[in-house]
Amino acid sequence: MDQPSAADGQAPDVVIETRGLAKQYRGTLAVDGLDLQVPRGSVFGFLGPNGSGKTTTIRMLMGLIEPTSGSARVLGRPMPRSSRSVLPKVGALIEGPALYGFLSGQDNLIRYDAADPTADPRTRKARVGAALDRVGLTAAAGKKAKAYSLGMKQRLGLASALLQPRELLVLDEPTNGLDPQGMREIRALIRELADDGTTVFLSSHLLDEIEQVCTHAAVMARGRLITQGPVAELSAGTRGRLAVATPDPDEAVRVLAGHGVTDLVADPHSGEVTGELPADPPDLAELNAALVAAGVRVRGFGLRRASLEDAFVALTGEGFDVAG
Amino acid sequence: MSRAETTAGPGLQDTGQEQRLALPASRRARAVWTLGLFGSELLIVFRRVRTLALLAVLAGVPVLVGIAVRIETHDGSSVGGSDGGGPAFLEQISNNGLFLAFASLAATLPFFLPMAIGVVAGDSVAGEASTGTLRYLLVAPAGRTRLLLAKYASVLTFCIAATLVVVLSAVVVGFSLFPVGDVTLLSGNTVPLSDGILRGLLIALLVASSLIGLGALGLFISTLTDSGIGAMAATVGLLITIQIVNNIPQLHALQPYLFPHYWLSFADVMRAPVIWDGIVKNLALQAVYAAVFGSAAWARFSTRDVTS
Repeated sequence: MDQPSAADGQAPDVVIETRGLAKQYRGTLAVDGLDLQVPRGSVFGFLGPNGSGKTTTIRMLMGLIEPTSGSARVLGRPMPRSSRSVLPKVGALIEGPALYGFLSGQDNLIRYDAADPTADPRTRKARVGAALDRVGLTAAAGKKAKAYSLGMKQRLGLASALLQPRELLVLDEPTNGLDPQGMREIRALIRELADDGTTVFLSSHLLDEIEQVCTHAAVMARGRLITQGPVAELSAGTRGRLAVATPDPDEAVRVLAGHGVTDLVADPHSGEVTGELPADPPDLAELNAALVAAGVRVRGFGLRRASLEDAFVALTGEGFDVAG
Repeated sequence: MSRAETTAGPGLQDTGQEQRLALPASRRARAVWTLGLFGSELLIVFRRVRTLALLAVLAGVPVLVGIAVRIETHDGSSVGGSDGGGPAFLEQISNNGLFLAFASLAATLPFFLPMAIGVVAGDSVAGEASTGTLRYLLVAPAGRTRLLLAKYASVLTFCIAATLVVVLSAVVVGFSLFPVGDVTLLSGNTVPLSDGILRGLLIALLVASSLIGLGALGLFISTLTDSGIGAMAATVGLLITIQIVNNIPQLHALQPYLFPHYWLSFADVMRAPVIWDGIVKNLALQAVYAAVFGSAAWARFSTRDVTS
């Protein structure tokens, strides 16, 4: 009965779909006309500076706040109306973990599991144990949660999202507060979950995190969706820059400009000249030969791949700062 | 959006389909399982140090009253007459220890007992909101109506527990410090001890029921804010204000509508025949408060944005 049918006009391979989703807080639009599509089976990076509306969007998707306008469908069903049938299949970590300090880590998970009417109390202990094990907290299971470090709390929050097999995991800044080793573990866990077929919706303000684990990404800034798609396509949108390492920068700039390379910058410290290739790029081997023929001594020559950060700067025309 | 416009590869779709077909069959909500939330609520309330401290204070009141009466009547004299506020239970304690239970309920009902209820009810939703645990309960998904019902049920359970703590402490202290025997009622008749104990149980039940209106009021206040401390303070503050208004003679026109107005009617159980008038009015008033503020709490909580 929870199956989305084709009759709903809902593509079954999309787990999150929003149309014109908007939320207004006291006159300001926190989220503005969001059209988001998260394909099933993807690890979807939801990227944006702090204050760009990511968490407000996630809260609307989870039925915690009512949209001012527009609609959201999760697992093919409308939210927040279908919370009770959708949310048992969704694990969520929203804006950091929240725990009962006077309960042990294990009792915290038992508490959250008891709140789910679809959770079988007979398997509760075993599932809680498995979730604790999965995030590496078994040794601290009996410790009171108020004695946990930030990283341990974050792990316990993740464990509560893993109490059941889920179709969708919504993780808001899951590596917050973790040390580099913890971050690596969590990323490995996310990949593992994705390999099991779980769709992971991962919000982050860390570009390299998205680049490392995500197959798809969307970028938000000031409440609006700027772009979405496969990560490879997003970074491909900005062409790589040509980089030439040479002790003769002035001559190199002259030759390259003659071949249509624009936005040339010579960095006197690194002895490197970089520039944008024209839309119809010349053969790089020919370009290199032209430099050498003009007497430019070349130490290094190549295209520097555009990162997601370059893509973000190109898309927003600004740095990756907190929205005002 | 059409299928073609989405970007997942065919392999990804396939695993997704399998998952989706495999999961729902084994995951249905069961009526019995939903009771788990109520049990969990009780644990949350009673495992808190604050709750235990409140109960300890309540248990201490009969001990203090008992010892004071014991010292004052040590030389055979009787306790000074009642101060006119509460029923005349105090002077009977030295004759019959059972009366310590009635005197303790009369002493704690105006402030100590409702204050404890106000703390627990006020904190119930707002406390979860301020620690952020509310959002995780809701995405579990606890269901807003179900969570609110579980919260109110746990508040009512605490009303009963708090009343029983006072009664049990009073019975233990009263029976160990004073003689126990046939019970002389307020109307002058004497009934056997067993009859007196039954009346005592009925009184405990009535006192606990006297608190359900305040419990609903506290729950409603608790849905209005994200600050647990604020909701507790507001509920207890409101209780004190209403108790003051209830004791200002010039405001007598208002008083029949105030929830504590008929609280001390439980003393009428200690008459033969029992005068039910005030008792029925009290229960009806509590039911009205519970209905009005319970609905208000539901209306508020089921539509509010959870942003904490």
